[in-house]
Amino acid sequence: MILTLRIWRQKHARDKGRFETYEMKGVSPDMSFLEMLDVLSDSLVDRGEDALTFDNDCREGICGMCSLTINGVPHGPDQGGTVCQLHMRRYKEGDTITIEPWRVSPFPVLKDLAVDRSAFDRIIQAGGYITTNAGSAVDANAILVPRADAETAMDAAACIGCGACAASCPNGSAMLFVAAKVSHLAHLPQGAPERAQRVLSMVSQMDQEGFGNCTNHSECEAVCPKEINVSHIAKINREFIRAAVKSIF
Amino acid sequence: MKQIAHWYLSSIGAKLVMAVTGVLLFGFVLGHMTGNLLMFAGPDAMNAYAHFLQEKGMLLLAVRAGLLAIFAVHIASAIRVHRQNRAARPEPYAVSSYLVTTYAARTIFVSGLIVLAFVIYHLLHYTLGVTNPEFLRMLDPQGRRDVYGMVITGFTNRAVALSYIVAMLLLSSHLSHGLTSLFQTLGLHGPKFKPLVNKVGPAVAIVIFIGFASIPLAVLSGRLN
Repeated sequence: MILTLRIWRQKHARDKGRFETYEMKGVSPDMSFLEMLDVLSDSLVDRGEDALTFDNDCREGICGMCSLTINGVPHGPDQGGTVCQLHMRRYKEGDTITIEPWRVSPFPVLKDLAVDRSAFDRIIQAGGYITTNAGSAVDANAILVPRADAETAMDAAACIGCGACAASCPNGSAMLFVAAKVSHLAHLPQGAPERAQRVLSMVSQMDQEGFGNCTNHSECEAVCPKEINVSHIAKINREFIRAAVKSIF
Repeated sequence: MKQIAHWYLSSIGAKLVMAVTGVLLFGFVLGHMTGNLLMFAGPDAMNAYAHFLQEKGMLLLAVRAGLLAIFAVHIASAIRVHRQNRAARPEPYAVSSYLVTTYAARTIFVSGLIVLAFVIYHLLHYTLGVTNPEFLRMLDPQGRRDVYGMVITGFTNRAVALSYIVAMLLLSSHLSHGLTSLFQTLGLHGPKFKPLVNKVGPAVAIVIFIGFASIPLAVLSGRLN
């Protein structure tokens, strides 16, 4: 099929950037979205133009690298999946597809469609970890975890840190990401020692990075490739209140 | 103290302040609406209720001062949050497509600003008597302030009545998102609550709209006179 692609091109971080329109012929419905971009990029190089830069790695929806906003929706039209899992059979002859990078100020564009997501790394460094004794492995099941808590923690732990939550949020808020990390560890006994400090430090780092504030639009939940629920945001709000009260007394 | 200021300035702290002040302001809105509905009980009931409130003197003054402070904090936080949110997305998407958010949620800041403008006009109109000084001099046969007559006279002006109805529409839109949102902000939300909580805001907003708009509508249609 023949498609029209409107793609954001930006030479480097300080370049203003602009949309370029490409006519894409011979697109197979069996191609993945990223394979189509590979073909386009190769053809650009053949013509002596600059290759198209976009983040990607595992191409099986688990690494969190791919990060394209397709027709205004991060990760494109399929629910519960990343861009790399999207296939061209989703589109039909003559479609125009607009492809943009994540648009949040803490994720500056590096080149074309690739953005710098190290803001998320710094939020994790602020408290998204546990301290544990190194050395020989502990006996399995030595620490008991209630089944329901383990399930909720695992739901939150599914976060791959792709940043679609912040990219989709009308306020550019990263609350779903931070909430998933805080909720994951707050539900487990291993996370208990740093529980109060973790939420305060991670929220503080999130604010310093310049993300917006959550006003409960729930767009993040709708685009999250791991379908993480906004009830984790209610959980981080509870954790914040608990930690704040605890530190007064 | 420094610690508390730090939490207030954090994104979750600011939201908690919005939620708590929002609940208090909603309490006032609910009380105000209930009082207004006495219009349907006739001039005596309405004027007696107004007289009862005005008699409270210092207490009334204290409640008004408290409300003003809560209102100011709610607005100040809203402006700060709104500016931070705009700063987080300096470059908008060329194609924007929302999947689940509502019109009320996306326009909550604007609906709030319009409600603020309305509140200022409303105070100048009925409470302070700036736009219509004669309202404050109206007395009923018992010598009490004739609030009933004042409301009827005020809403006989079609433009005024319509502007009140439009303002109530925006207040309802504001509340329909705000009242659902505050449960999430206060952490009172989870898979079990979700279906109920998501209906609370819109349902209460409809009640508030009907309650308030019924009075100018009744005056315009001649049912109240």
